[in-house]
Amino acid sequence: MNSLGLSFELAGCVAAILLLVGTPVAYWLAYSNWRGKFLLESIVALPLVLPPTVLGFYALLAMGPRGPLGKLWIALFGHGLAFTFSGLVLASIVYSFPFAVQPLMVSFESVDQKLLDASAVLGAGRWRTFRRVILPLSLPGVVTALVLSFAHTLGEFGVVLMVGGNLTGVTRTVSIDIYDLVQSLEYGEANHLALLLLAMSFAVLCFVYAVNRRVWTPAWTRWVAK
Amino acid sequence: MDARVDAMGGEVTSSALVARVGKERRNGASFVLDVSVEAPPGITILFGPSGAGKSTLLDCIAGLVRPEAGKIAIGEDVLFDSVLRVDIPPQQRRIAYVFQSLALFPHLTVERNIEYGLTDLPDQDRGTRVQEILAAFRIERLRNQKPSQISGGERQRTALARSLVTAPRVLLLDEPLTGLDAELKAALVEDLRAWNALKRIPILYVTHSREEVDALGERVIAIDNGRVVSHGAPMDVLDAPRRKRLAQAAGFENLLSGTVLDLRGPDGVMRVKLGESSSCEIEVPLAHASAGDRVQVAIRAGDILLASERPHGLSARNILEGRMVSLEQRGTMCIAQIDCGVTFVVHVTPGAVRALELTMGKPVWLVLKTHSCHLVD
Repeated sequence: MNSLGLSFELAGCVAAILLLVGTPVAYWLAYSNWRGKFLLESIVALPLVLPPTVLGFYALLAMGPRGPLGKLWIALFGHGLAFTFSGLVLASIVYSFPFAVQPLMVSFESVDQKLLDASAVLGAGRWRTFRRVILPLSLPGVVTALVLSFAHTLGEFGVVLMVGGNLTGVTRTVSIDIYDLVQSLEYGEANHLALLLLAMSFAVLCFVYAVNRRVWTPAWTRWVAK
Repeated sequence: MDARVDAMGGEVTSSALVARVGKERRNGASFVLDVSVEAPPGITILFGPSGAGKSTLLDCIAGLVRPEAGKIAIGEDVLFDSVLRVDIPPQQRRIAYVFQSLALFPHLTVERNIEYGLTDLPDQDRGTRVQEILAAFRIERLRNQKPSQISGGERQRTALARSLVTAPRVLLLDEPLTGLDAELKAALVEDLRAWNALKRIPILYVTHSREEVDALGERVIAIDNGRVVSHGAPMDVLDAPRRKRLAQAAGFENLLSGTVLDLRGPDGVMRVKLGESSSCEIEVPLAHASAGDRVQVAIRAGDILLASERPHGLSARNILEGRMVSLEQRGTMCIAQIDCGVTFVVHVTPGAVRALELTMGKPVWLVLKTHSCHLVD
């Protein structure tokens, strides 16, 4: 598989898993009254400020044959986690976590409390209120979370280098590929890939901002808003 | 069998709502709310100035806010009891609540909004119920519109229908008619009354508008500063307010402080000197007071008669001479300020202004019936 395809696969997996994992975390952060909530908020935001190499370094230690995650993985699947695609997915989930959780949290918080009260008084429990009121009204946030975590994973470099190494077709993503091409002075080839990534990132951001500004309402949103 | 279905069958005997609620301030130092109210089937109005605690009381009854002390029950069914540690969640209280902001779901159509509380019914029953309530509140043609596409009055109808379609045991209304003009208001109130003539559930209606009390009133509970200050028929509660803030809210334009001069027990009156230094004296109904006490007198601007000459042969005991210091026309009403040592606000019609040739600085006489002068705390 070429590096571009691999990057897409990785970003797709990570964005999908983050939406599933990030939603309950964002819900809890938005509605919990626990005083120690700031602790979890800080942990979630940590990847924003940490150098990717630091994150990658600890991820590598944890995933190595003597690390806790690595040991568990060997016991379960018979092979190690470092320098594999699965390892890459795991590390990327941590790395892109705030990019999924924060937009979700902000949009959950911005749903009018009176609507939640109205839902409760009308007999709806938490799950139904979430499914019928919070989620449909947070659709722009869901789209933002998906797209940002996808785009952020697509462009990551440091974590991949630390955890994934550079195995063609397994862990060599497009950003690593560009770096390699530059190292071997193949500027033309590097430029093709770099330009592609630039154009795609711009398109993705345009999409996110358009959805948030409600420039148009995509047809699929009606399914959730039903 | 589901109790809601019973309720729709019309066989349910409706029960009164009884709520005794103590809600503390954040620091627990004192109670923001310490009231005991009872609402039998029919409309009971919660009246009081804004900030009096009316909405907090409704939130406690609905289960959205937890009081520190008290007991809330519908008939025999206890919803909250601080001693027995009963606290039924709002989802299971079967109390309908229409917020001031209405809180219609903006992403759902009128029909979907109304269906929202009916999930545990089979599709066919749900359809029938929705159809019924759409008709009762005359919003059938709006069923596929979103809340943002309909008018304010239609939104209020939708919110009422959404609450009532679940066959609640109690209906809480938090100033649901604010912003509607009188005609729309009257029509909506009529529909609500018609609906409740069949169901006979207790309706607790919060308002700070005197007009709404007059339009709806069966019973009024007046609340101020988190306490019940009086209750009874609207006339008794609002025409004889015992609290200054309530008097203001109930439309007493003249609130004058004065000193009791003497009591005339046999006549059932006492004389009060108004203001600090004026010589303006009036007779007011006898109350528990003694000479020298400071009192507040509340008089409606519309209860004062104006005369252009000193009147004779009247039963009214209070005739005060003064001068007009301002005159302002507001719609079909003229608001005059008359200086008799203290300044009175008087409402007259534009016709009367012309007939009496009222002009600035002209001497006029005010006529006050003794029983139009109310003493407040």
